[in-house]
Amino acid sequence: MKRVQLVKLAHARSGDKGDASNIGLIALRPEYYAILREKVTTEAVKKHFTGICNGAVERYELPNLHALNFILHGALGGGGTVSLRNDAQGKTMSTALLRMEIEIPDNIEV
Amino acid sequence: MKQKEQIRIASGQGYWGDLPQAPYWQASKGSIDYLVMDYLAEVTMSILQKQKSRDPKLGYAKDLLPVMEQVLPFIVEKNVRVITNGGGVNPQACRDAIFEIARRAGIKKLRIGVVYGDDIYGQIDDLLKRGHELRNLDTSAGLTTVRDRLQSANVYFGAFPIAEALEEGAQVVLTGRATDTGLTLAPMIHDFGWTENDFDRLAAGIVAGHILECGGQSTGGNFLKDWRSVPDLANIGFPIAEAQEDGTVYITKHKGTGGLVSVDTIKEQLLYEIGDPREYITPEVIADFTSIKLEQEGEDKVRVFDVKGRPPTNSYKVSAAYSDGYFAAGTLTYGWPDALEKAQAADRIMRRRLSDLGYRYDEFHTEYLGYNSCHGPLSPMPVEFNEVVLRVAVRGKDRDAVDAFGRQLVPLVLTGPPTVTGFGAGRPKPQEVVAYWPALISKAAVKPIVEVTELS
Repeated sequence: MKRVQLVKLAHARSGDKGDASNIGLIALRPEYYAILREKVTTEAVKKHFTGICNGAVERYELPNLHALNFILHGALGGGGTVSLRNDAQGKTMSTALLRMEIEIPDNIEV
Repeated sequence: MKQKEQIRIASGQGYWGDLPQAPYWQASKGSIDYLVMDYLAEVTMSILQKQKSRDPKLGYAKDLLPVMEQVLPFIVEKNVRVITNGGGVNPQACRDAIFEIARRAGIKKLRIGVVYGDDIYGQIDDLLKRGHELRNLDTSAGLTTVRDRLQSANVYFGAFPIAEALEEGAQVVLTGRATDTGLTLAPMIHDFGWTENDFDRLAAGIVAGHILECGGQSTGGNFLKDWRSVPDLANIGFPIAEAQEDGTVYITKHKGTGGLVSVDTIKEQLLYEIGDPREYITPEVIADFTSIKLEQEGEDKVRVFDVKGRPPTNSYKVSAAYSDGYFAAGTLTYGWPDALEKAQAADRIMRRRLSDLGYRYDEFHTEYLGYNSCHGPLSPMPVEFNEVVLRVAVRGKDRDAVDAFGRQLVPLVLTGPPTVTGFGAGRPKPQEVVAYWPALISKAAVKPIVEVTELS
């Protein structure tokens, strides 16, 4: 097994719905989708966003797009107009997720 | 009923404040049948409601007027029809202002439709009395808890009332709070004769609407994968949906424009601001985003097909806004050496001074641009900073306390850590926090009203 950062396996886009951040995670190659599905679990994402996401993490699968959609509740400091953050709408949460490291089999090329 | 084979629907604006030249580009750089423009964000209505209360002729997106001036010739000469939610809380006043522009341009014939009835701000007490609690979808609290601070309340109507206005010959349709996706779906309903039971087709139109609703964000803007490969963003072509009667939609852009339309740019946009992908709920249909198929059809052309939908819910979404105290935010820039350490010291000094003066806040937020304002605690510490921007912000119910915060920031330049600059914007002033209140209302409780008027 080897450790790789998600940025080598996926691209992403994020946005907001109130105080929840939505992050779409898209496999860079179709064959990476199964790995993302197995490794990027709600528990792993919740742990990765310690100190940022104060609520539950939901995950949805879109096999047709080789993508996962995450909803991080309580992750934007109150949301849109209430949040005091520079990134109140969580536009950069996408790449925050891509910082995450997962273990993948050695034979998978990245 | 007309049966066109294909219609070309062009997105001209993804939000109020989007690229001002985009609508003209869409109208002038190639042939289109419809120009759709989104102007309303979640709390825009409260700003417009305030403007209307000061002047009954205001309350719509004023930026729409210069755009209409530019595209009127295409409406009159090329049969382009414009659909926009820029009517805000006063689509009638918006219509009159556009008629005035048309008159000045010497235009004799113009039909404008308005869709209203979405603005329920004036009926709130009546609705509450009739048992519509308008509970907050996030917190479950009833609207009565913020009733005295309420600033706006609007129902999201969908595509069918807009299609009705098109049916009555409107060349321009101005709505109040309409769903972004409905603006794109409406022409398909109108031109292809889709009915309220054509759930797969309606879902296909909604998906097209979702791809178009953020303008250039589906044609290479904010594209993360391989972003360097996107050509000529300076001349970005906004998305165009080429819709077919069977629900197949080709997403493309005008020839010769910059940007990129690929399966990957479309994927990123499809995943933007969605919840459960199996249930993308709109007034017309529940679209299943896990059914969407994408195929690269040619250069800058993607086929979107096989979309599935099912019957909608019995509710409309309501977007309300209420006043929730004040906030202020400001920045100072600290230079090398020890830039971060100095910025952190300044933050401590400022907090101490405000605390000594007796001011308290609901929240006092500090971040360091260049270090952690994007990824917070996930940001690794660099070896050395050339400079760091201290950004501090407060929020609270007491306006004086928020004002005092602003008065404590700039004095740090001469009474705090050294080599600090970037205070040119002066003292941060208190601004009202307008908080968002999402709710649902029974479809039976509100009715859209469609009114089509000829220029006279």
